[in-house]
Amino acid sequence: MKKSVYSICGMCTVRCPIRVESEDNKITWIEGNPHLLGGALCAKGTAGIALLNDDERPQQPLIRVGARGAGRWREASWDEALDYVAGKLAAIKEQYGPESVVLSSRGGPWQQMYKAFIHAFGSPNYTNHDCTCGRNTHHASLSINGVGRKGFAYDIKNAKHLVLFGRDMFSALRIAENHQTLDMLDKGGRLTYVDVRQTTTGTKATRFFQVRPGTDYALALGVIHQVIKKGYYDKDFLEQFVTGFDELCTFVEEYTPAWAAKECGVKEKDIIAFVEEIGADRPNVIFHPGWNLARYSDSFYASRAMHILNVLMGNIEMKGGLFIPKGAGDCGKKGIRSIDCAKPDIKRGDGVGWEYPHFEKGPGLAHLFFKHMMSEDPYPIKAWIAMRHDPFSGMPDPEQQKLAMDKCDLLVSIDTNYSEFGWYSDIILPESTYLERDNFIVQQKGLKPRLALRRRAVDPKYDTKASWEIFTALAHRLGLEETFPFKTIEELWAWQLEPTGYTMADFEEKGYVELADSPVFYDREKLASQFKTPSGKIELVSEKLTKAGFPSLKPFESPQAPEKGMLRLISGKVAVHTQGHTINNPLLSELMPTNTAWIHSKNAKKLGIESGDLLELSSADKSYHATVAAHVTDHVHPEAVFTAHGFGKEIPRQTRSFLAGVSDQKLMIGKLDDWDQAGGGVNLCQVFVYVKKSIRNTKRRIAL
Amino acid sequence: MKKYMIHLNSKRCIACHGCEVHCKVNKNLPVGPFLCDISSTPLKMIGGVPRTEITFSTCRHCDDPLCVPVCPTNAMIQRADGIVYIDQEKCIGCMACQKACPWSIPVQNPDDGKAVKCDFCMDRLDAGLKPACIAKCTTHALQLVALEVV
Ligand code: SF4
Ligand code: SF4
Ligand code: SF4
Repeated sequence: MKKSVYSICGMCTVRCPIRVESEDNKITWIEGNPHLLGGALCAKGTAGIALLNDDERPQQPLIRVGARGAGRWREASWDEALDYVAGKLAAIKEQYGPESVVLSSRGGPWQQMYKAFIHAFGSPNYTNHDCTCGRNTHHASLSINGVGRKGFAYDIKNAKHLVLFGRDMFSALRIAENHQTLDMLDKGGRLTYVDVRQTTTGTKATRFFQVRPGTDYALALGVIHQVIKKGYYDKDFLEQFVTGFDELCTFVEEYTPAWAAKECGVKEKDIIAFVEEIGADRPNVIFHPGWNLARYSDSFYASRAMHILNVLMGNIEMKGGLFIPKGAGDCGKKGIRSIDCAKPDIKRGDGVGWEYPHFEKGPGLAHLFFKHMMSEDPYPIKAWIAMRHDPFSGMPDPEQQKLAMDKCDLLVSIDTNYSEFGWYSDIILPESTYLERDNFIVQQKGLKPRLALRRRAVDPKYDTKASWEIFTALAHRLGLEETFPFKTIEELWAWQLEPTGYTMADFEEKGYVELADSPVFYDREKLASQFKTPSGKIELVSEKLTKAGFPSLKPFESPQAPEKGMLRLISGKVAVHTQGHTINNPLLSELMPTNTAWIHSKNAKKLGIESGDLLELSSADKSYHATVAAHVTDHVHPEAVFTAHGFGKEIPRQTRSFLAGVSDQKLMIGKLDDWDQAGGGVNLCQVFVYVKKSIRNTKRRIAL
Repeated sequence: MKKYMIHLNSKRCIACHGCEVHCKVNKNLPVGPFLCDISSTPLKMIGGVPRTEITFSTCRHCDDPLCVPVCPTNAMIQRADGIVYIDQEKCIGCMACQKACPWSIPVQNPDDGKAVKCDFCMDRLDAGLKPACIAKCTTHALQLVALEVV
């Protein structure tokens, strides 16, 4: 039987809308939702079929029988596995209190369910991956605009100029946003790209600044100086909605383009020419404030500077600028219901909210759990449930993390794939692939907000379950039926939709329900109430930061240069992989089975290597080494060595990716404690590694 | 009569290699063979920006295909609209076509040992649909050009 369903892709966390065809329970075609993407899909999206058919993923619950990490498992039934987890959780709750359980997941629309589960259980300790992603940007936005990083979206298509600091969007691939950028370029718009190396995104740029690693903030300060000097800012907007402009003017006085050029290793005249361009293109100039800015110790301030540049452009809530994403209420409609449970009023185990009062409590900061786990302050942590989150691949120094995890009585991995954490855990609950599972309805905010959902296209191939089934089953075993009252997904959908007046039939035509016919903009005159700062205005100087002991306008400090024999480790994305999630996918590993090390030709010459020769990368304490091929180029900064994130896995059941390439996280020894005190993000680019020619380059032939 | 061509708008192409996978998944090909290829030249400074030139290549569907006459079982066929395709029923996997083709386009499918190559997704074309690589190109950079030949 032939079937076509609209759904949401799950190969990466962008979650593009898709349409899936199947015949007799076999997928025959996946494409981007024609109504939204015109069919467009990336290599990863298409390779979803290979994920589904991959037998190198967990096929039924697995309970550890050997030592942690030894990879000895026994297969278990779902009943046994769920009883095992629920039994252990109940015992831990009894002995140590519910707060001794941590649940981490990926961020995004479905985290609500996981959060509700752990809150209903009695623990405040929900966390996610954001400390290695958008936390700095989020806190930067909060400190200026009073709303988090999702508090703004970007109308790139109608902009005249997009400025990206290290955001390699054509490798990160958010298809709809990529279309917007290419459409803008087709219409003659400009793209300025700043990075320590050239990327696919940079090749499309009209202007490219290759900067010294760690100097984004310096470049932004130089640009702010020149923008103010030339008067290229929106005086009316500043007067009406912004405080702290005078302080900013005084602060940037010394940060001239000449100074910035020297710090960044770029030309002064190029900075001046760039400011002339934005002078001409404003207000339709978008400075993207960063996606993953968990990089340098001043990334929070770099992000603040980008936000400030947007404010100076006066581009807020307008076509071709930043806009506030709208929801059902803005369209005069009632919103959907969501699974929810209030957070228990207990101190968080990561210190957020009490030890670090300046951070938003939300998901806290995952990396800060470890030191608290070691000292058992404010209480011991006895269980960690990782919901499609791999702390060992996402955060620095997995060996240091293991010391803290060893204090737990229970480590649970709920995942479609084996993860490095899963391999170390006590039990793996295999989740069905996104093509085999339903999920609850979510609201997607925007200029034209939508309701959308993921739908199962085919039945599970193996003995796996959807996350809603797993959490509901655990909740029912733990007496949390009040938060998880439903038994089927249909019941859940009906309950969610009840207040809206929509039914599931409304999703049939396009796969989503559009809540507005045309883009919704707020009245620009009445914007003030949108900024949730203490003053209700955009605050360039934040009292909240001052109180927490951080300056709002921080003087720039030149980044440290690498010592002899070392380079600064920079990692990034490629278009054919989703970090570590896809490197064992048969079709994607065929495209890119391993990563390489980008090294500047000057350094290569010194080491006596050419492209393709093997390099050895070692951690600062020499406890981790990996050998990878060199990619010699002039288009990476000489202080840096670049590698694609996600490789270097050591999971034997994943034969394609086993020991392929180098792991950036394993090179980051001791770096769990190196984080941005003002923004909360981990400093993923504050790592120096030894780089030398590998002795494995031998040309001798010994074998017969 | 129509004659088809695939055009790559290299201003939009981002070398994401999606088309290569769209193609092989549509043809149900295992790890190994690819029927189309995206390649980008090493970075070169042009106007102050390091740039690359991206090209998409697949079977040329030659007017006078060298692969067709060499096939001992007449499995390699040229349709009236110029599409050169392999009749999988007749193919014996001798790969004479690959040796005859100036670009070695036909490749062997390790699953059944037979030759495979781009057939312009003629089943889709005949059903009024676009070829897989074009239909799903991440950025709509690939376009189908249909020339009316009289
Ligand atoms: S899918 Fe489109 S954008 Fe991607 S490489 Fe192929 S032609 Fe280029
Ligand atoms: S296989 Fe080679 S010879 Fe045959 S039509 Fe294609 S390009 Fe021409
Ligand atoms: S037309 Fe079809 S067979 Fe030919 S390269 Fe494109 S997807 Fe592959």
